[in-house]
Amino acid sequence: MDLNQLTIAEALEGLRGKKFSSVDIAKACLEQIRKHNEDINAFITVDEKGALEQAESADKQRANGEELPFLGIPIALKDIFLTKGLKTTAASKVLENYIPQYDATVVAKLKDAGAIIIGKINCDAWAHGSSGENSDFGPTKNPWSKEHVPGGSSSGSAAALAADMCLASTGTDTGGSIRLPASFNNLVGLKPTYGRVSRYGIIAMASSLDSIGHFTKTVEDSALLLSVTAGSDPHDATTPDKTVSNYSKIENGVKGLKIGVPKEYFASGLDSEIKEKTEAVIKKLEELGAEVVDISLPNTQYAIAAYYIIMSSEVSSNLARYDGIRFGNDRSFFGDEAKRRIMFGTFTLSAGYYDAYYKKAMQVRTLIKQDFEKAFEKVDAIISPVSPTAPWKLGEKVNDPLKMYLSDIFTVTANLAGIPSLAVPAGFSNGLPIGIQIMGTQFSEEKLFQVGYAFEQATEYYKHTPKL
Amino acid sequence: MKINVSHVAKLANLTLSAAEEKKFEEQLSDILSYIEKLNEVDTKNVEPTSQVTGLENVTREDIVKDCELAQEEALSNSKSTQNGLFKVKAILDSK
Repeated sequence: MDLNQLTIAEALEGLRGKKFSSVDIAKACLEQIRKHNEDINAFITVDEKGALEQAESADKQRANGEELPFLGIPIALKDIFLTKGLKTTAASKVLENYIPQYDATVVAKLKDAGAIIIGKINCDAWAHGSSGENSDFGPTKNPWSKEHVPGGSSSGSAAALAADMCLASTGTDTGGSIRLPASFNNLVGLKPTYGRVSRYGIIAMASSLDSIGHFTKTVEDSALLLSVTAGSDPHDATTPDKTVSNYSKIENGVKGLKIGVPKEYFASGLDSEIKEKTEAVIKKLEELGAEVVDISLPNTQYAIAAYYIIMSSEVSSNLARYDGIRFGNDRSFFGDEAKRRIMFGTFTLSAGYYDAYYKKAMQVRTLIKQDFEKAFEKVDAIISPVSPTAPWKLGEKVNDPLKMYLSDIFTVTANLAGIPSLAVPAGFSNGLPIGIQIMGTQFSEEKLFQVGYAFEQATEYYKHTPKL
Repeated sequence: MKINVSHVAKLANLTLSAAEEKKFEEQLSDILSYIEKLNEVDTKNVEPTSQVTGLENVTREDIVKDCELAQEEALSNSKSTQNGLFKVKAILDSK
């Protein structure tokens, strides 16, 4: 096994046991990027020099007996995480030359934990999209099949990790942008509770929905990473002062846990094979000792409509700042999807339409949130598919925005309710990965890791890797 | 119902070509008719949710902190500066 294929836990063990150095791992990742990035198009910026310097310094620190939770681990960042002195584009031509003057809180925390920032990763421009095809720097390909989309908007984050170009990657999830690509690439993707991880220094899409998370190969790695990134931040007033647990102490087994299965997520529109695979997951959890409970989330069918109004409204406001004066190019550089969302949001917020659309959507959001609250009175966690279909082919949905939006039908609900959701691999459909998600109450990440870990250890899908 | 794309574009400070206007009008009208399904939901007496944290009035002590950005740094990404300031187009006509 090459060093770039290691999990974070394995790499840390090897580094601590002096079996290899941080420079060895960084070089292996950089070599993999050199070999395959042209095909996959996962990276926008590779910081080869910076990564090697950071790795050398990590090795020195370790030799001096210093120990940090992520010392010497190469991580790639979605290109909407601000990195001081390192170009950050949001995958948009508007910011093609933007060099941030400061680090996002999460980036600073990762650096403080010893992580090596290996580069900046492609995504749908401004995180708008479900396929990765809205990037102004070209679409990312799925390492499992280059004719297929990797899922979006954190397209490159998933593809880079699946292709072993880094040991973990960050992402943002406003309506499914971590969970969808995680499930399309056989990866673990965490959308934390809204407010669990600071949004400061991350280019805003829809501020009441944006959740800052990450991609890893295993549940254990996901928990390790959250232990570093989580916590209250004086720069982000929406991060409650809640204790950050040691997430990596994952409780064993699911015996006695009640797992809810929402009937609305198995209605028409769900691909038959995804349905079958999700039912197999439920059966497996039952075998492992969980109690499966049928539940109902009756307002699910209205989630996409409410989401699109709220999201576009917030997008139109957040993207108003890009006027080409203080940074970046002017507004003529926006791509089609950003223009659509800005205009739609401007419309739903405009005089005479606010009550009919924006306020109505916020009321429906309340009902969706209440659906979950009621369900969680009866169950510890909820299981559902991530995507209604397996990965689709590049180009298949690009001319039909509404069809593209509907790919997020099972994921936007967690963002509207502000609850955490963990996507874990659930098998394959014609050789392409598919995933399920585990949702819980706000700040119940530990429980999601517990369920995810039990399922992962029983199935070991993470051991399958793509042939590049 | 149709969205008046040229009006909305003007409000959003976007410049569109005639072809773009036509394309966006079709696409946005599609999305608009989709979201009309919210009209089926009874939201009488339902409070709107604008945020989910339950936090209210998050404040800090009103003390001066060191400025994290030097003036030069703050201007470093701008193509339009003068005398250490951002230069913008005149808002009011001098005549």
